[in-house]
Amino acid sequence: MEKVKEIYTNLFHNYREVLRMNASEAIDARRDEAFALFSEVGFPSDKDEKYRYCNLDEALKVDYGMNLYRMGIPAHPDDVFRCDVPSLSTRLYFIVNDLFYPSKKAVSLPEGVLCGSLNTLLKEHPEIGSFYDRLRGEDNDGLAAMNTAFVQDGFLLYVPKGVCIDKPLQLIQMFQGDIDILANRRLLIILEEGAEANLMVCDHAITSARYMSDQVTEIYVGKGANLQYYELEMTHDKTTRVANTYVSMSSDASLLMNSIGLENGLTRNNVYLRFEGRGASADLSGLELMSRNQFADNHVLVDHAVEGCSSNQLYKYVLDDAAHGVFGGKVLVRKGAQQTAAYQSNANMVGSQQARMHSLPQLEIYADDVKCSHGSATGHIDEDAMFYMRQRGLDEGEARMLLKFAFTSDVVERIHFTPLQDRIKMLIGKRFKGELSKCHDCKICP
Amino acid sequence: MKDSSEKNIIEEVTGSEYKYGFVSDIETESIPHGLSEEVVRLISAKKGEPEWLLEFRLKAFRYWQTLKMPSWAHLQIPEIDYQDIIYYAAPRTTSDKVKGEIDPDLVKTFDKLGIPLAERNELMGLAPESSQGTAVDAVMDSVSVKTTYKENLSKLGIIFCSISEAVRNHPELVRKYLGSVVTYRDNFFAALNSAVFSDGSFVYIPKGVRCPMELSTYFRINAKNTGQFERTLIVADDDSYVSYLEGCTAPIRDNAQLHAAIVEIYVHDRAEVKYSTVQNWYPGDKQGRGGIYNFVTKRCLCQGVCSRISWTQVETGSAITWKYPSCVLKGEESTGEFYSVAVTNNYQQADTGTKMIHLGRRSRSTIVSKGISAGHSQNSYRGLVRVASEATGVRNHSQCDSLLLGSDCGAHTFPYIDIHNETAVVEHEATTSKINEEQLFYCNQRGISTEEAVGLIVNGYAKDVLNKLPMEFAVEAQKLLQVSLEGSIG
Repeated sequence: MEKVKEIYTNLFHNYREVLRMNASEAIDARRDEAFALFSEVGFPSDKDEKYRYCNLDEALKVDYGMNLYRMGIPAHPDDVFRCDVPSLSTRLYFIVNDLFYPSKKAVSLPEGVLCGSLNTLLKEHPEIGSFYDRLRGEDNDGLAAMNTAFVQDGFLLYVPKGVCIDKPLQLIQMFQGDIDILANRRLLIILEEGAEANLMVCDHAITSARYMSDQVTEIYVGKGANLQYYELEMTHDKTTRVANTYVSMSSDASLLMNSIGLENGLTRNNVYLRFEGRGASADLSGLELMSRNQFADNHVLVDHAVEGCSSNQLYKYVLDDAAHGVFGGKVLVRKGAQQTAAYQSNANMVGSQQARMHSLPQLEIYADDVKCSHGSATGHIDEDAMFYMRQRGLDEGEARMLLKFAFTSDVVERIHFTPLQDRIKMLIGKRFKGELSKCHDCKICP
Repeated sequence: MKDSSEKNIIEEVTGSEYKYGFVSDIETESIPHGLSEEVVRLISAKKGEPEWLLEFRLKAFRYWQTLKMPSWAHLQIPEIDYQDIIYYAAPRTTSDKVKGEIDPDLVKTFDKLGIPLAERNELMGLAPESSQGTAVDAVMDSVSVKTTYKENLSKLGIIFCSISEAVRNHPELVRKYLGSVVTYRDNFFAALNSAVFSDGSFVYIPKGVRCPMELSTYFRINAKNTGQFERTLIVADDDSYVSYLEGCTAPIRDNAQLHAAIVEIYVHDRAEVKYSTVQNWYPGDKQGRGGIYNFVTKRCLCQGVCSRISWTQVETGSAITWKYPSCVLKGEESTGEFYSVAVTNNYQQADTGTKMIHLGRRSRSTIVSKGISAGHSQNSYRGLVRVASEATGVRNHSQCDSLLLGSDCGAHTFPYIDIHNETAVVEHEATTSKINEEQLFYCNQRGISTEEAVGLIVNGYAKDVLNKLPMEFAVEAQKLLQVSLEGSIG
């Protein structure tokens, strides 16, 4: 891996000036420090405890192209993409590879809300720059550092104090292009005191080259603010996604984070959530449906740094064929973080002999007046339930599908938007039937 | 609860003394500090070992030299200078003694610890076959002092003696099984132990024999600046059964002492082994000075069909405990059980748990772990449940609970669950909480002092594990829990 590291090191040095020219001051100011960290720690390897089941070597060895000169794509994504959720009437934004495109449709947002290209908005509102790259903190993730060193644009959502965005926002991130591409994606979401917003981020791969997204998301949920954040991955077997999400929760803030993977190649999601003020609550859930040789690894660290906060995690995996799932969840209750309530649950359904599941639910607790628990269960389809269904005339395939569908339901039910929930249910149904997870009138999904 | 009473109770607890902390004035023969090939050869020579065993030690020593001490555990371990440890110390027997008799000072020491070295059952007119007594192998520093009831047991074909004696008298058995479960390449401390191991017990239960009494080894560290590296090997042949107990204590000293043992258990078809430990090494003082570093490798190989192993441990001592009694469930329908209570107080640290490695079809395992932390201590459960791809129909249930007494301590749970077979059913659950105020209130209402109530609640909390201990140990363990914790409620 030293060779690969050297390639990116040379790339950084050779194109340092290009990176400076294209990006806002706030983005550029963080590059050198991040690059120094990347030089020190390098790429994550399976020798690191955190990455012991997640080997990224093969994915990183691919000779990816990086769009350093910001070349645009021929067609506007609005013209080809139909993947919005019906009856949800979301406001759409696009990131194609790592280029930002607003929707052509006029979008009206409450006054003071900033939503759009990270680079442009940071140039126009340098005061927001103080939020950029502040949450990565002590985390020494090599890929998050590399993202910070190379990133040129991304998505920014800023909701000022007391403002509520009633309609959901949707960011569609897609890969398009015939060559292998590495995209450095960056999301910055800031909700000031009492603000409210709903954001859905979908990952797609439109063409079938090898892609890798190195994504960093920073989320600030201000005092009493409320954010619903949904992620949906529908890419393909040749895609690698490494996403580091950092969340800071102020007092009385509330967060609903739900991430669903329907189709993927190799996925690694790291979530670091830190409670900074009393009375905040976070609900984190995830669902991974995998078959063939797909791999998904969700690592969640919930850091109860202050007292009186609550967190609840639920992660589920359905594994078929030679799929490989990893769940690593840690609840950290720091000294003095009394009256913490933290729950963590991981359930996995393994459907074939080649499938593998690794579960690492962890508690690290330094305060005594707490209620913390975790549970993890891995098993297969309940034969009694199967028998019951077969008795009633369902064939084996249908019965299996129904049971798997039921297994996923409690994660899906955590989605608070009924239209989105219905859409996800429909997609899950299709996924289990073996149909491609594509929307009715979409022209571009493979 | 009021602050003042809380303080009183905490003071009382921290004031409670380690009652086995005395030093016996026994003349000791030891070798100089440090570890080298010469030292390994010297230990082997002192024990009059055959060439193959010396070779085994040397291979292990050379391998150990290539290793670095691992640092992944959730423990703060001060740097250990392996050249500052005495690797062999033996109580000296005076020359004018009749062979076979033991030094009265030693007898006194073990009497003080409550371990009778005289075979008292005979005085009471009981034959060991009919008794519920316990045969003891007493180990002081690097040598086994005395093994009781040896002759009676040998009538049944049971071999129970120190491992040095087994090397002399049953070399074929030792050679066959030594290192078969824990190889010298297993880990840093296994390599170290394989190079310098001193004494320990050897048990062989022949085919079809049910051992009529509990077998027990009592380990005592007495000499200063020594490390204890004992090695225990238990072999249960087809259709046999044995219950084995292990106890340990050490004197109060300001310097930390290292204890790196290996326990290997080999279980054949349909045999069953119960292994119980009450670990009460000196835990260090209130400021965390001194104490034993207990870095032990314990593993059982359930090789045979329907073989069974049950580990029960009550961990109250040691400044640092770092051990994972493990089960390799290779035989079809083999069963592994792990019951543990780990108590940490003051500045003690523990990173302990188990590994259940399911290789055999329809193998089953149960894990019940109860952690109790008080004072400034850190208590971690770390466990692995692995189901190999060919192991169909595996079942595992793990339950890990932590109880926190006081706001300065920590309780952590790090389970690893690796499933490679779709027919496995594996469940893990864990909770962390403090003593329920309502339960305390309920007891108080009924005239039970808070201090006693905490003892009651903790014992109730640990009941699932204590119930698995043989009677004598259960009583001792309950008392130990009370001494360690009485009143340390926050």
